[in-house]
Amino acid sequence: MLRYTVKRLIQGVVTVWFIATATFFAMHAVPGDPLTSDKAVSPEIRANLEARYGLDRPLVEQYWIYLTNMASGDFGISFTQQNREVNDIIAEHFKVSATLGILAIVFAAFGGILWGAVTALYRNRAPDIVIVFLVILGISVPSFVFAAFGQLSVVKLNDWLGFTLVPVAGWGTVQHMIVPSLVLGLGTMAFLTRLMRSSMLEIVNADFVRTARAKGLPATRIFRKHQLRNAILPVITVLGPSIAAITTGGFVVELVFAIPGLGRYFVQAVQQLDYTVIMGTTVLYGAFLVFMVIAVDIVYGLVDPRVRLD
Amino acid sequence: MAAATLSFEPVRIERDVETVARPSLSYWQDAWIRLKANTRALISLYLVIGLLAFTLFGPLIWRVDPAVQDLDQISVPPGAGRDVTVVNAYTPWQGVTATPLPGEPGRTLAAPAVLAVVGEPTTRAVRLRWEPVPGAASYRVFRNIFDPEPDGALGLPIGDVLNPANVSFEDRLDLKPLTYYYSVVALDGSGAQSDRAAATVAVTRVITAAEAAQKGLIEQASDARPGDVLQLQVHPLGTDYLGRDMLARLMHGARVSLFIGIIAPFAYVMVGILYGSVAGFMAGRADQILMRFADFVVALPFLLFMILFRILFNVQPGDDGIYPMMVAMILLGWPAAARLVRGQILQIREEGYIGASRLLGAKTNYLVLRHMIPNTMGVILVTLTFAVPSAIFTEAFLSFIGMGVAPPTPSWGSMCNEGLKTMLTTPHELIAPAALISVTVLAFNLLGDGLRDALDARMRSTE
Repeated sequence: MLRYTVKRLIQGVVTVWFIATATFFAMHAVPGDPLTSDKAVSPEIRANLEARYGLDRPLVEQYWIYLTNMASGDFGISFTQQNREVNDIIAEHFKVSATLGILAIVFAAFGGILWGAVTALYRNRAPDIVIVFLVILGISVPSFVFAAFGQLSVVKLNDWLGFTLVPVAGWGTVQHMIVPSLVLGLGTMAFLTRLMRSSMLEIVNADFVRTARAKGLPATRIFRKHQLRNAILPVITVLGPSIAAITTGGFVVELVFAIPGLGRYFVQAVQQLDYTVIMGTTVLYGAFLVFMVIAVDIVYGLVDPRVRLD
Repeated sequence: MAAATLSFEPVRIERDVETVARPSLSYWQDAWIRLKANTRALISLYLVIGLLAFTLFGPLIWRVDPAVQDLDQISVPPGAGRDVTVVNAYTPWQGVTATPLPGEPGRTLAAPAVLAVVGEPTTRAVRLRWEPVPGAASYRVFRNIFDPEPDGALGLPIGDVLNPANVSFEDRLDLKPLTYYYSVVALDGSGAQSDRAAATVAVTRVITAAEAAQKGLIEQASDARPGDVLQLQVHPLGTDYLGRDMLARLMHGARVSLFIGIIAPFAYVMVGILYGSVAGFMAGRADQILMRFADFVVALPFLLFMILFRILFNVQPGDDGIYPMMVAMILLGWPAAARLVRGQILQIREEGYIGASRLLGAKTNYLVLRHMIPNTMGVILVTLTFAVPSAIFTEAFLSFIGMGVAPPTPSWGSMCNEGLKTMLTTPHELIAPAALISVTVLAFNLLGDGLRDALDARMRSTE
């Protein structure tokens, strides 16, 4: 177990290094640099600026400097925002994105498991048909459409109530977080519901369930201890990749709900070629995803004793 | 005891059991029969064909240029009236003047007494006049498309009348054939506002005969007299915020969305097949290295790299940005297919028929091309069908956040982005492209389910 964890962690670090390297060289291959702007700059000033930011050195040397700084946790200073440290920028905005993403995944996982189990138990009856229809809808509708309609219904709700129960946009309080995370989690929830349904259907009439029923166990106990626990495993495996999908959708939801997350920030940084911000954001996102997947794999080993980790 | 007579007699086999009653089916024939039995999959197959026909042949039938702006019909919902009345050429209006009345200092201003429309309110001009307010230093005119009551939201301040002797205003600002709620307030010297005088004005759409001839509504300017009612161009699905035909834009947008949605997955699945079969066939150390690299690529934050690559490849401004997006998708999308194919190949290479073929002297190339790839075809096809919706989503995402297809090239994603801004007033601009994306993704998802059930016995879903 420990060996496995250490091995996966080392792999994770190597992956993050690869992400950093790929980003670094892809970013520097884009024509232009962060010092190019609308303002006319004399060659002397430009040379000074380049020397200040170290852009005059060979690319490999820049790469090496960046890597050693990154290893000590320093992502450098932003090019376009004077003297602002990337660490500060990330600390401020990543917190928001991560909160949104985690809320969404929690909502998606609980919802998916619950609805999936319900559909399987009520197979081919009204609840099943309704939920399966909603699931197909949830998988097929892009998240920005959900976001738009989510926002619209919040407007209508507030209008109808006569006061602001849930804010339409922005970030800060718990009320701000509810609608965006619901919207963000919806697609993933639909996907997880589908998965849970098919895995539950395999288990509903399994031998061990029949045995449990023959022993006279109450239905709720069979559901909790025998069916749910076994059916949940495939859902846990895909939670890792789902987190990636959620962060992707997060960009759009942040845009629609005017949430000060990293998404919009990143788009802006790419347009201005703010090297350090791009690097910091990508490496952090990448690391977040990689270690989430590892965490999910380790949890999977804990939940299912049949899975041998090595 | 009498000898027991057996009431049994051996069954005679009448039929020849060895006869093959039906021709043996190939894998694909069998799959097709299974698919045909699946109503849902079949309907989605027709839907996909219909969508392809919509985008490929649609523009041949509906020959409206998606870039042409119809300025008479901006943000028009489908099914809106197309009547337009012919009028004489525009003549300037002098306005209405009145002697300014002195006011008592310290008193708050009264609201203007009457707010009336002078002449016919048309999309060319709405002319308003009101009674002078004692003590007014200037007047301000507001316009709203919603009723200002009960919130008191007067709307857009469209003009300040700075001369108190002038008690009229001519509104020529972007008028549409709607009902407008005008409000006029008086302002005193310190800028304090009085209550409003209100007028509800239903505007009619007008055109001059010369303009109508120029737009091709009539043959010559002399064909229509003032007062005649003409019909504007037809827009079956309405127009967008720049007056462009929605149907034409949806058709052309489908070209972009479906082109990226189908070609990009096809390309990266091909790369994946190549990579995966090489890795699967070489096995051992080379396989490990190749697959480790694929793992790295999978770990790259997808959207972040899509954006980065798009910037990287899109050097020319004015590009439509379709190819950069495709290249980026291919560069990032192949590992999933590669993993799958590799897994399949690893499994198949241990099968008996491969051994038999090898024993008969088959070369590696022959084994891979003749046995291994065809046997993974089912899985590949299913992967491809499921990759299409995700590619369409990706395109829509990127265009939505403004990092995808560059305007004015329409794509469903960018149309949604534009429609979102006017969601409250003209929802059709958002609903049409969003519905098309949803239907397309739905069709490909259901088709994928059907294909999986038909092609791959092991992956068959339990529905």
